[in-house]
Amino acid sequence: MTALIDLKNVNKYYGDYHALRGINLEIAQGEFFSLLGPSGCGKTTLLRTIAGFEAPSDGTLHIAGADMNGVPANARPTNMVFQSYAIFPHLSVAENVGFGLRKAQMSKQEKMKSVEEALDMVGLKGFRGRAAHALSGGQRQRVALARALILKPKVLLLDEPLSALDKKLREQMQSELRRLQRQVGITFILVTHDQEEALIMSDRVAVMFEGEIAQLADPQTLYKRPVTRKVGDFIGVMNFLPATVKDAAAIDLDVAGLGAVTIAEDQAPSGITPGAAEVGIRPEMMSILFEGEPDRGQITQATIKDRAYYGDMTYYDVDIEDAPKPITISMKNMIGRPVLEVGDTARVSWDARSLVLFSA
Amino acid sequence: MKSLRTYAILYLIFLYAPIALLPIFAFNDATIIAFPLTGFTTQWFTELPQIPALIDSVKNSLYIAVITAILSTLLGICAARAAAKYSFRFKRPIMGFIMVPLVLPEIIVAVSLLVILLQLGLSLGAWTVIMGHVLICTPFCIAILNSAFQNLDPAMEEAAIDLGETPWSTFRLVTLPLVSPAIISALLISFTISLDEFIIAFFLTGTEPTLPVYLWSQLRFPARIPVVMALGTILVAGSILLLILAEMMRRRGLRRAGLQDKGGFL
Repeated sequence: MTALIDLKNVNKYYGDYHALRGINLEIAQGEFFSLLGPSGCGKTTLLRTIAGFEAPSDGTLHIAGADMNGVPANARPTNMVFQSYAIFPHLSVAENVGFGLRKAQMSKQEKMKSVEEALDMVGLKGFRGRAAHALSGGQRQRVALARALILKPKVLLLDEPLSALDKKLREQMQSELRRLQRQVGITFILVTHDQEEALIMSDRVAVMFEGEIAQLADPQTLYKRPVTRKVGDFIGVMNFLPATVKDAAAIDLDVAGLGAVTIAEDQAPSGITPGAAEVGIRPEMMSILFEGEPDRGQITQATIKDRAYYGDMTYYDVDIEDAPKPITISMKNMIGRPVLEVGDTARVSWDARSLVLFSA
Repeated sequence: MKSLRTYAILYLIFLYAPIALLPIFAFNDATIIAFPLTGFTTQWFTELPQIPALIDSVKNSLYIAVITAILSTLLGICAARAAAKYSFRFKRPIMGFIMVPLVLPEIIVAVSLLVILLQLGLSLGAWTVIMGHVLICTPFCIAILNSAFQNLDPAMEEAAIDLGETPWSTFRLVTLPLVSPAIISALLISFTISLDEFIIAFFLTGTEPTLPVYLWSQLRFPARIPVVMALGTILVAGSILLLILAEMMRRRGLRRAGLQDKGGFL
C-alpha cells in the first residue's frame, strides 16, 4: 500500500532556528491522524508544510503519489480548517461555504445544492442566509468545516480547531468530527496540544517535541508504552521511579520502593544495558487494596500523604518506603469502597506488566 | 475637580467659538464684521456663484483634492500592506521616514518643494500642488490603513488561497472588501486635508489659485468679507460632514472585522 501522504526527511529552518528536524511520516488514506505536542514543537509548521503555506528547506513531500515540491497551496488536494476559523466576515454563510466553488464548472443550482449538502452535513441546515459575523464559535467552526469539505479534498487539515471552544462544546465537537471523518472517509490531520483530544479522536498520533517526532503510535500503545519519559509525562499522568537494571537480557530490575521485578521485552526500550534507568507507571495501574478485593500480583505498603476527591474518582499521593517522592494512585469510588484519610496506612497492589522502562 | 471642569469648558469655547462665529456673520446683513448683529440675510450665499474667479478656484481645488485623495490612498494601501504582511530590512526606519511629513512644518515642505521645482525648471500649477498634497496626505492614509491591514487575520487570505484562489483574486475577493471601510475613510480624510490646505498650495499653485488661496487673497477687500464668511461656513460644514462619514466608515470596518473600538480620530 502506498501512503496518501509521504514525507521523507523533511527539514525546515527559519534562519538559525531548526523548526522541523528530519521528519519521516506516512499517513494512509482514510486515517484520522493527529500531530500532538506542546506549543513550539513544530506541529503547526508541519501541517502548514503539507498545506503548502510553508516550503520545506529540504526533503520531499508526496500527496497521492504526486511530488508537492513547487505546488502552491491553491493547487494542492488539501483544505484547511484554521485555528481562528477565518470565516469571511463580509460574506453570508452560504457564500462562505461556496467560496471554493467559484471556479468550479457547475451551474448555479448545482452549486447551491452542494452548499446545502455541506451545511446539512455539519448540522447547519437552514443557516445559509445568515451573516457570518452573527455566528457563535461552534457555528463558525461548522461553517469552516463545511467550507473546507465542499471541495472534497484528499486531506483535511485541522489546526487546533477546538481550542477556542468551551469544554462541553469541545467534547461534543470531538465526537462529531470523528463521526464526520468516518462518514466522508477523507484523511484528517489534526494538530492539537490536548493529549486527551488526540487519544479520543485519532487512529494514530505523532507526538512531537522540538521539531522531531518522538513517538508515532496508535492511542493505546502511546498511552501504555511511551518510548521515552518525556512522552509518558506529556500524555496523561505517570509516576516515575528510579530503577537499576540488574540483568539486561532477562530484564531484571530493582525499582526504588517497589523492589525486585522482572518485566517483558515489550515494556523496555531496545538496547538496554545494566545500570541506572527509570520506570514509569500510570496512577490507575496501581490500586489501594480494600477488604475482599483481589490483588494484582504485587503488594507494597504505603501511607496516604495527600488526597484529592473528584466525585467519581479519588486521587491519592502515597509515600512508599525507599521511593524518593510520593506516588499518585487513582481509585474509582465504588460501593463499599471507603475514601481514605491522610495518614492512613494502605496496601498498594500493582502488576509488573504495567511498568514501562526508560533508559536513563 | 470644579476648576478642571471650568478649564475644559473654557478650552472648548476657545477652540470652537471662532468657528461658531463664521455662520453667525455669514447670515448677518452688514458688511462690517462686528456685533451687534443687524439682521438675517442669505444674500452672501447667493452672491457666491456670481464670482467667476471663485468658481474657478473651487473647481481647481476639487480637481486637486480628488486626485490627491486617490493617489495618496493608493500609495497608502501599498505601504500599509507591505508593512503588515512582509518583514524586510530597515522596515521600521523606512516606515518612520514615510510618516515624517505628518509632523514636518508645512512651510518647510512647501519652500523646499518650490526650490526644487524651480531648479528643475518645472512650471507651477495644479500638478505641483497635487505633488505637495500627496506628500502630506499619504502619512494620514497610512495611519488609517495600517490599523485595518494589521487587524486583518492572515488566515483570511490563506483560507482564500487554500480554497483555490490566486494571490490576486484573494486580494480582490477577501482583502479589499475587508479593508474597504478604511480605504473610504482614507479617501475622505485626504480629500478634506487637500481641500483645506493653504501653505503648500500658496507656494506651489502658480496662476490658478486653489480655494483657500483665493479666500486669503479676498481678505484685502473688506466688502468681500461677508462672502468669505459664507464660503467658510460651507467649507466647515462640508469638512465636518466628510470627517463624520470617514469616522463612520472606520467604525463600520471594525464591526465587520468583529473588533473592539480602540480610539480613532473622532
